Amino acid sequence: MGLLSKIFRTGIVTEAIPPGDPQIVHLVREVDRRSRRLFGRALGIREVDAGSCNGCEIEISGLMGPVYDSERFGFHFVASPRHADLLLVTGPVTRNMEVPLRKTYEATPSPKLVVAVGDCAHTCGVFKGSYAVAGSVDQIIPVDVFVDGCPPEPADILRGILTALGRS
Amino acid sequence: MTDLTLFTLMIGGYVGGALAACLFSRGALARWLAGVGAITGGAAALALGGGKLFDWSSASFTRIEVMGKTSIAGPLQGAGVVLIAHPLSALFLAIVGAIAIPAALYSIGYARDWEGRRSLRTPGVMLNLFLLSMSLVPLAESIFWFVLFWEGMAISSYLLVMTEADEPETVSAGNWYLGMTQFGLGFILAAFFLLLPPDGSGDFTALAKHAATLSPGLKSLVFVLALVGFGAKAGLVPLHVWLPSAHPAAPSHVSALMSGVMIKLGVYGVLLFGLRLLGGGPAWWGGLVLALGAVSALLGVLYALMEHDLKRLLAYHSIENIGIIFIGVGAGMMFLSYGLPALAVLGFVGGLYHTINHACFKGLLFLGAGSVLHATHTRNMEEMGGLIKRMPRTALFFLVGAAAISALPPLNGFVSEWVVFQALLGGATIPKREVAVLMPVAVAMLALASGLAAACFVKAFGITFLGIARSHEAEQAHEAPASMQVAMAALALACVVLGAAAYAMVPALARVVGGLAGLPPASAVTVGWSLGMPLSAPGAVGQISPLSILLGLVVLLAAIPMALWLFRASRALRVSDTWGCGRIAQTPRMQYTAAAFAEPLRRIFAALYRPTEDVSIDFHPESRYFVQSIAYRAHIIPWFERYLYDPVIDRVIAWAARVRAIQSGSLHAYLTYLVAALVIMLGLLMLWGS
Amino acid sequence: MPLPTGYTVAIAQTALALLLAPGLVGLIRWLKARLQNRRGAPVWQPYLELRKLFAKEVVVSSNASWLFRAAPFVVFASTVAVAFLVPVLAVPLPFDSVGDLLVVVYLLLLGTFFLALAGLDPGSAFGGMGSSREMTVAALSEPTVALAIFALALGAGSTNLGQIVARTMADPAAAVSPGYLLAFGALFVVTLAENGRLPVDNPATHLELTMIHEAMILEYSGRYLALIEWSAWLKVLLFFSLLGNLFVPWGVATVLTWAALGWALATLLAKLVVLAVALAVFETRVAKLRLFRVPELLAVSFVLAVLAITVSFLVR
Repeated sequence: MGLLSKIFRTGIVTEAIPPGDPQIVHLVREVDRRSRRLFGRALGIREVDAGSCNGCEIEISGLMGPVYDSERFGFHFVASPRHADLLLVTGPVTRNMEVPLRKTYEATPSPKLVVAVGDCAHTCGVFKGSYAVAGSVDQIIPVDVFVDGCPPEPADILRGILTALGRS
Repeated sequence: MTDLTLFTLMIGGYVGGALAACLFSRGALARWLAGVGAITGGAAALALGGGKLFDWSSASFTRIEVMGKTSIAGPLQGAGVVLIAHPLSALFLAIVGAIAIPAALYSIGYARDWEGRRSLRTPGVMLNLFLLSMSLVPLAESIFWFVLFWEGMAISSYLLVMTEADEPETVSAGNWYLGMTQFGLGFILAAFFLLLPPDGSGDFTALAKHAATLSPGLKSLVFVLALVGFGAKAGLVPLHVWLPSAHPAAPSHVSALMSGVMIKLGVYGVLLFGLRLLGGGPAWWGGLVLALGAVSALLGVLYALMEHDLKRLLAYHSIENIGIIFIGVGAGMMFLSYGLPALAVLGFVGGLYHTINHACFKGLLFLGAGSVLHATHTRNMEEMGGLIKRMPRTALFFLVGAAAISALPPLNGFVSEWVVFQALLGGATIPKREVAVLMPVAVAMLALASGLAAACFVKAFGITFLGIARSHEAEQAHEAPASMQVAMAALALACVVLGAAAYAMVPALARVVGGLAGLPPASAVTVGWSLGMPLSAPGAVGQISPLSILLGLVVLLAAIPMALWLFRASRALRVSDTWGCGRIAQTPRMQYTAAAFAEPLRRIFAALYRPTEDVSIDFHPESRYFVQSIAYRAHIIPWFERYLYDPVIDRVIAWAARVRAIQSGSLHAYLTYLVAALVIMLGLLMLWGS
Repeated sequence: MPLPTGYTVAIAQTALALLLAPGLVGLIRWLKARLQNRRGAPVWQPYLELRKLFAKEVVVSSNASWLFRAAPFVVFASTVAVAFLVPVLAVPLPFDSVGDLLVVVYLLLLGTFFLALAGLDPGSAFGGMGSSREMTVAALSEPTVALAIFALALGAGSTNLGQIVARTMADPAAAVSPGYLLAFGALFVVTLAENGRLPVDNPATHLELTMIHEAMILEYSGRYLALIEWSAWLKVLLFFSLLGNLFVPWGVATVLTWAALGWALATLLAKLVVLAVALAVFETRVAKLRLFRVPELLAVSFVLAVLAITVSFLVR
């Protein structure tokens, strides 16, 4: 019972997304109207760690928490790319993760979107030129939106996904 | 066609098949003639027996005595084979005939493998003689003929089991089988002889009349002896140990016949003694049968779960289903003693219905397993996989059999289990409360057994047919020959029809037990047409309509794609790799294995299994960080073999070794034995004479 | 307005169950979100998910066979067939004599059987694991369900659902008898096990090694996934209807008039909301059990069912 009284005392802690820096989110390809309408309110997100340092992952895990609450937009994180509509890719794509990333993209049914999160995913970040890195995400799979930052804030990531859906 | 004509046709078919196999012992002609002979005999048997069950117009069973009375006095006297003494005989004759047809058809294709390697004489002759003796056992009406055909059945099936005797396990399986058969025969003979009337006639009507005059204690002794003897044939725990070795060792159509038909004759024997000869008895008889049935059902399926040999798994499931049949029979006997005739009929109907259904789906499953064995040359599930794409029709028929044995509606396995459940639910009305409370225990055990059976068949079908091939043979597997496919298709169709036609089967089976041991004779029931043809089982506390369920499911299965098309759901489809978290490639070793599938249950029931695991790792010669191969072996304790049979067998062998000392080899000793025996006999004669 | 016939009501109640099921699950998720101090998706979110799934392409493994493509239809058909048999709005309906409680249980087992096979078909390790665990849980919950049916049938004198509901309505004292209460407890645990809810299985987990039901459907996408998810949601609604209408049957229409059906709808919605709240609070309160502790939980429910029977016998 202590748990329930604590829940009621805390109340809803979800915050509205503050307006952010427009430079952070880059829309690469305009998503077609049909996909926007389809995914606008119900989106399955599969997160792919293509060799990241996990800084972006910690920010993404904040999305599922009560403060940022991605579920209120209709997003839910899924375990299998077959259930997914959007791939959330982090990290410079290391050589070991190049094939798995391609396979994940292939396993996702179309229509699908890709949002690349973090500086590493856009430009390989601090790992650029390393022998272990195969290239940035858009060199492996087609990307719709880049979200810059090292790591980007959860609000920026949410804004990036909403931009991909044409809902910003 | 009159009864006598059908009977002659039956005998002629079997004997003709046997003769043909004898004369042409090689080549396709032998296979075909032996098979066709068996099919003719089977069809005649089915017509003869089946016709009596659905003979709605006349309620009389005319006794035509064939191989009439022998004139020798004593136990050999009595009617020979009678057409047909009782509906119970007709039912079991029909079962023999019904399964004989697909099995014989199957053997035509199956025996092609033996051409050139083996003589087809023994298998062909023995198949026909096996079917002949099995058909005549239910028709025999005196001790002599019954035991003659019973032993004929045992010997011919032993020889059939030993067909592929080049493997050592086959020889051992044959020995176990022969030993248990003779053990059972001893008890059966004892039971028969205790029932002999003073004038020594072995006729069943005379036995029944004499049994009515016996003391309750003696009747109970007779029943227990018969239960042990026929239970050994049926495969009741703890007399089941021969089943899992004998059924896999035999060729597949023989396994189908043994599992589907022969063990049912054990059920026939128990019903013969319990109802026809002894005319019912105290409640503890039924309770004993029910308890043994429930234990068999549960232990059978628990051991089946741990098997990865496809045919051994099916053999253990036969033990489970015999358990379910005896649950129904035992419940019927209990209700009979408590004076609840409607429920008693329901119990017996459940047991008999499950007998028919099990014959169908177990026959189908064994034929399917035989096709898989034929294609992949292995019985080990861990080496199969992906066969649904190589053998699509076999897979479909096996799926029907697996769904039937898992009691999934609307197939026949579900309907007969439903009837048994209803009988047990009615057990709440037993006047003695402490006995009535045992009924829920039986319900729980039956439900658990049926749930575990579903789990076991997901494993059996899934590991064998689905996924990726785990061995080269599985990759190269080919579909079974046409005769084998037709046989399986016929049985699969029977599974569906027997379920949907429940509204006709239940009254027919009620008629079989009517009139026995004081049960109300079911008058010729007219089945009126009503919407959905509900199954009305008098005494049951519920009502279902399997036909409506079947039609409803078919309609829904058709309606859903239509609805999807109507609402313009996307029809796009793309083929890609299996999702494996992005791994580079997939090998067959990455799938679940049969042992892995059953592992949660192995852990949960560890108290019964006492599993031990044995992992041996071969490291790479150059570094202990790399593994070359890992071998994993899991064992469970075979309680009955180790703690019941092995000590007894060791003791018997020890005594036999001691007795063997008499055979010293010395001529003088033997002459002394002769003289001593002569002197003792003369002395005894003198004593008795004076 | 003419009175509705039995068949119309039966079809209407099945359609209603189908339409309400996503809403029920949406409500449960919304409640859990609020109990986690966040806004959560709106209650109608599952409908949007279904609409999206039906428009997406299906990706099928190259190892899969026709069984993988047929299984969603078999699962959906068997669950809808159960919807025809469960008393959602009115009793007794024409389909009442087609199937009783045993048929309902085994039809659900039919769906589980095919779903488990579909998990093994693509040859993935996750699918095999999900199938193995799902069949274990299903097999172990069978005895509890059978005994709960026994307890209910003892009281009502029939295993047909319409009769059980009618009997309880005729004899209100039976609803609070210890036998019925214990059977309710046993069936509540079975509801959790069969529908893959906490503490047996977390429907929202991403960790494959903790999945039971989800692991079997990892390979499904598009319209097949939509059918399977919808069947799972329908199963939740049907179990709730059983719990509500068998044990607290007041409100179920016994005559087919518009007024009675309207009242039945209102009470049905009320019962579903109450059970949804109970489930949401319960799931927030408990943690998921280790897989090998699940048999202990099912053993507890079995003991409750045994007690239910014993009490029913003694009280009779």
